[in-house]
Amino acid sequence: MQWQFWIIQTLNSVAFGGLLFLLSSGFSLIFGLMRIPNLAHGAFFMLGAYFGYSLLARGGNFWLVALVAGLGVGLLGIALERFVLRQISGNEQGQVLVTLGVSFIIADICLLAWTGDPMPLPAPQALRRPLIIAGYAFPTYRLVVLVIALVAAVGLYFLMERTRIGAMIRAGVDDMEMARGVGIPVSRLFTLVFLLGSTLAGIGGVLGGPILNAYPGLDADMLPLALIVVILGGAGSLLGAFVGSFAVGFLYNFGIALAPDLAYFVLFLPMVLVLVFLPQGLFGRVQL
Amino acid sequence: MTNFATDALDIAGIDAFYGDSHVLHGVSFTLRPGRLLGLLGRNGAGKTTCMNTIMGFLKPKQGSISLFGEQVGGLAPDTIARKGICLVPQGRRMFRSLTVRENLMVAAQRARGPSGGPGWTMDRVFDLFPRLKERHAQVAGSLSGGEQQMLAIGRALMGNPRVLLMDEPSEGLAPQIVAEVGRIIAQLKAEGQSIVLVEQNIKLALELADDVAIINTGVVVHKGDAKAIKLDDAIVSQHLGVF
Ligand SMILES: Nc1ncnc2c1ncn2[C@@H]1O[C@H](COP(=O)(O)OP(=O)(O)OP(=O)(O)O)[C@@H](O)[C@H]1O
Ligand SMILES: [Mg+2]
Repeated sequence: MQWQFWIIQTLNSVAFGGLLFLLSSGFSLIFGLMRIPNLAHGAFFMLGAYFGYSLLARGGNFWLVALVAGLGVGLLGIALERFVLRQISGNEQGQVLVTLGVSFIIADICLLAWTGDPMPLPAPQALRRPLIIAGYAFPTYRLVVLVIALVAAVGLYFLMERTRIGAMIRAGVDDMEMARGVGIPVSRLFTLVFLLGSTLAGIGGVLGGPILNAYPGLDADMLPLALIVVILGGAGSLLGAFVGSFAVGFLYNFGIALAPDLAYFVLFLPMVLVLVFLPQGLFGRVQL
Repeated sequence: MTNFATDALDIAGIDAFYGDSHVLHGVSFTLRPGRLLGLLGRNGAGKTTCMNTIMGFLKPKQGSISLFGEQVGGLAPDTIARKGICLVPQGRRMFRSLTVRENLMVAAQRARGPSGGPGWTMDRVFDLFPRLKERHAQVAGSLSGGEQQMLAIGRALMGNPRVLLMDEPSEGLAPQIVAEVGRIIAQLKAEGQSIVLVEQNIKLALELADDVAIINTGVVVHKGDAKAIKLDDAIVSQHLGVF
């Protein structure tokens, strides 16, 4: 194995880590604030990819499509929170089961609407040519995906750490009842976090499309990865989602490249270790 | 008993449960504007449960809670807080990962009600607690117990309370900090703040209170004037003494 292999695998890992961050940052915030894993989050990602496919097939501009598809998924997230989860608030087991049911429904609808064949999403024209640096060819699109994920991370950091709304969300993660007790409208924060999380997942689906394709089962492939990220990083922690996403990106890519038979072992072993020794995750405060 | 002037807080016939366990049985008491009501009772008597029910953390099964004549029983806690009931909870319950400044910021509510007054702002809270100002950028989880208690009081004041609920603000504090907390409460009362004070420190409570309600296993067993109770050893030893 030569340099080229390591460099390309590293780049693939960080690009995939970026996609995972778009998926799991929202998943983690929802988990931290509402105390439930939104098991429809993988389906949101897949739906974003399918929306993207259809809009691109109609000749939409790639970046605009990513935004529109993301917002479409975001509206669906609001609907799930407002009209379904809120009806059974306080019943966390019920809520988790409902999100699982919703993910099945979305998967079935996708199968009906987009058939069972994989649908490739074309990357933007300008980014299809590899970038040549020092004689090595780098996949330009993946670099751009990484940059977008980093920009999203900075934006989320600013929102969470430098605004009053972000402080309110963190207060809710720390002690939800007391957050309500000081007048924070926690249920509006639920809606906001759901909008934000599902939109990011939808955008992630579109951006991931040219790398992963849209296909039935994309949801079920992505959701466990988001779960691992949150277990590693800790629910409700943005830093945890960031570190966890790139860690999983590396483990997943190099696991598949170097030891395909052990890829899942490589992925789940650190998760089990963290669960046993650090049940709140590396940066989390919420006991899962 | 209702006076002509509206009561600041009127609790009437409250029944509250944790699951199946019936904790409050027809609890009633009244806080008049600008006064301090001491709510006393032994460990496990139901004092915190009263606070939690008034705050909306626990929904009363029976009875009514009114704030300056407005029914607030059964509302959501954030609505109740925005209407002007602010709690200094037992155990302080800071937002541990937020800084001191953020803890105050998230709890800020506009001043309300006709009485006006200057209203509480972060600057005024920092004037009241200079220690908090020094530590404004520190995360709350790293503060000492006394500092956390001051932050809990400051956070409640940021809500510009019409009624301030304080649940054992002296618990677990060193004597000179207890004295400081006592001075602060006296100062708030002097400014006209209506307060319900839950305390195990009977001496402190009877010094500060105008009126007293004593609760025992979820039932109000005595109501009266604080001065009268101070002089009545029988009541103190019967309902509050340690056996
Ligand atoms: N979350 C809960 N679930 C079930 N029972 C509870 C709960 N919290 C309190 N209790 C019970 O309710 C009763 C009243 O408790 P509460 O905390 O109101 O007492 P308290 O007067 O505040 O006591 P303390 O002085 O120790 O703070 C006790 O018997 C207690 O065991
Ligand atoms: Mg108590």
